[in-house]
Amino acid sequence: MGLVHLWVGLVGLVVILYVILDGFSLGVAILFPGAKDEAQRDVMMNSIAPVWDANQTWIVFGGGALFATFPVIYTVLFSALYIPLLTFLFGLIFRGVAFEFRANASSAHKRVWNRAFFWGSLVAAFAQGLTLGAYISGITVSGKSFAGKPFDWLNPFSVMVGLALIAGYILLGSTYLIIKTKGPVQERAYRQAFWSILIVAGFLVLVSIWTPLHDPAILGRWFSKPRIYFVWVFPLLGAVSFFTILWSLKTHREILPFISSLFLFISAYLGLQAGIYPYAILPSVTIYDAVAQRETLVFTLWGVCIILPVVLGYTIYSYWVFRGKVVAEEGYH
Amino acid sequence: MDVVSLSRIQFGLTTAFHIIFPTLTIGLAVYLMVIEFLWLRSKNEIYYRMYRFWVKIFAIHFAVGVVSGITLEFEFGTNFARFSQAVANVMAPLMAYEGMTAFFLEAGFLGIMLFGWKRVPAAIHFLATCLVTIGASLSAFWIMAANAWMQTPAGYQLVDGKFLVTDFGEAIFNPAFPTHLIHMLVASYETAGFAVAGICAYFLLKKKNVNFYRRSLSLALIMAALCAPLQVIIGDLKGQNVAKYQPTKLAAMEAHWETNTQGGAAFIPFAIPDMAAEKNRFAVSIPNALSILITHSLEGQIQGLKEFPKEDRPNVLVTFWTFRGMVAIGFLFLLVMIWAAVLWWRKRSFESPLFLKTLVAVQPLGFIATILGWVTAEMGRQPWVVYGIMRTSDGVSPIAVGNVIWSLILFMIFFAIIVASYFYYTLKTLRQGPDLSSPIPPIQRPAGMQSSNEAV
Repeated sequence: MGLVHLWVGLVGLVVILYVILDGFSLGVAILFPGAKDEAQRDVMMNSIAPVWDANQTWIVFGGGALFATFPVIYTVLFSALYIPLLTFLFGLIFRGVAFEFRANASSAHKRVWNRAFFWGSLVAAFAQGLTLGAYISGITVSGKSFAGKPFDWLNPFSVMVGLALIAGYILLGSTYLIIKTKGPVQERAYRQAFWSILIVAGFLVLVSIWTPLHDPAILGRWFSKPRIYFVWVFPLLGAVSFFTILWSLKTHREILPFISSLFLFISAYLGLQAGIYPYAILPSVTIYDAVAQRETLVFTLWGVCIILPVVLGYTIYSYWVFRGKVVAEEGYH
Repeated sequence: MDVVSLSRIQFGLTTAFHIIFPTLTIGLAVYLMVIEFLWLRSKNEIYYRMYRFWVKIFAIHFAVGVVSGITLEFEFGTNFARFSQAVANVMAPLMAYEGMTAFFLEAGFLGIMLFGWKRVPAAIHFLATCLVTIGASLSAFWIMAANAWMQTPAGYQLVDGKFLVTDFGEAIFNPAFPTHLIHMLVASYETAGFAVAGICAYFLLKKKNVNFYRRSLSLALIMAALCAPLQVIIGDLKGQNVAKYQPTKLAAMEAHWETNTQGGAAFIPFAIPDMAAEKNRFAVSIPNALSILITHSLEGQIQGLKEFPKEDRPNVLVTFWTFRGMVAIGFLFLLVMIWAAVLWWRKRSFESPLFLKTLVAVQPLGFIATILGWVTAEMGRQPWVVYGIMRTSDGVSPIAVGNVIWSLILFMIFFAIIVASYFYYTLKTLRQGPDLSSPIPPIQRPAGMQSSNEAV
């Protein structure tokens, strides 16, 4: 069963990598309306232009990896969450083409693509949150197939998670901009990071209270042995991250706010997983019901072991190449 | 309409939309790689200018290709969940490998390709272009393996309606795969060659940037001229492969109803196949030609559609005509390239306005042939989603029909907006023409020197 758990961990890793990497890209775009002029928007866009596509690729790989290793999760979730997932894709489509089209647009047209960039990212972020909220809410499954209704995913809890994720991505986007920019854009990013961390903290408290009320079984799993011995680490890590973010923003640190925001995301994510495991789909499908055959896990694992370190290597290299503050004149292409 | 038909329409629409873009980028990446190689070797400024111009076209197509491609990865689950669950053990790892080996490579180095001129040494930049090129072709490798497996499944055993893998080597290198892959790759290179050539010819007719477009045209013509005859040969191999492994599809492609028991099978260049009456109307036929084409013998036997139950036959009218459209374009391309070779032999490549006008006229045909070929392959596979084993109608998701109507309408609206914008900005970029004046970044600059000294 070690192989199954290895894959639970790997899929989880890919998901969280996607969330934080595309999260800051989406967050930068959601902050677009705050920019004062096209030059500032150019800086914001150029801060993510060389890396957004690689960031987004994690969800493509994540989809493929989930499909290959836990086909039941992939197929049930995607049928059940048809509408929010395709809404997410529609958002990504407009976000993605906005980079190229805006770069080629006249100043009048730029405004159209600014909006497409903003709305595409906002919709994508919200739809992701809806998806997550619906996933936590549980899905009606019968015989390893989705057996619910088209709008099962829509409830106050999922809408709340959608809003929470937008706030979270604003935090990631603004702290990323602190690293990559200077001058007025950076100063505004400090302010945006400050109010977004407060909102995020509020949402995290709300989610932490609402989730066990929404599904008492989650509370039971949190407080079951042996989880009770380490599950408190996650809120503690979250609290430490929260105060580190506040402190680092106050002292105008440049890199620490982003790093501690990543830890905040990771702590929330692990805390959530601790309430769901060993289920793959709440309330009834376990990871063992959902997993692919052993040969498939092994074959795909070979690729992950050999190729993924290389991918991580050149991803880091790419960030290193584009390190430093973004220069407005270093225009597109 | 039901979930099956609507999901098929949606998948077909999104795939046909998507395939336009990687078809160009897979080929254009090779073109850019050659240009950058020439730039590094000769240090001739024009190659640098060519790279910077054509990479803009590449970037626009790449972006639309990426966003439309993610859709497909999701639609397996959203629209074809039962199929996906049945085949996941065999087919899904191929898609995971596509992500790992191809998409990350492309996305990881595209940034350097587009924005890295001042930030990395020239050799690294060239390496980035090469890796993006390899990534693009590798993505074709995996996705063609997955698609070929749906055409000629191998390396599996069926247990309780699920395909369990027995041998990944057999599954990937299934019978249809080699010809499937090479056919698609060559289609990409050929389409890109003709697409670039048509653009160059247009500006040469307008006498704009003559030197620049002549040089671009020469390279594009070399690419197209190498591919055009090759594609005809591969097409022949592909036809024989289909005849051997997917006889129903071949019979539908050729509207061949009756097995020829005595004498050869006729080739039918024109007909209106009538599925209800099981015969062709207004048929023009060339005796024995189909036997010669497929079996390379005068009287080789070819199974007719009537040997297969009616419910196991694809739509003959569509398969027959899309196939003819693709083949016609393939031979037209071959003729144009023979003409190009004659002109080149006489050293008059750029002097015939009629030739340049022809290149402009055939410019988009590669894309059309690619889509027609895909429709032939996929419509010809029907009614099966896994040929001969699992019906498409058994593969759809347990979702409400309203879901698919909703998404299909939105796809149509959004794709219309994207297509209009894509044409607008591509044409705008082309009209602006190459930048022949801005300074060339010095070659061999240490990485990252330019990062943070200028004011925002």
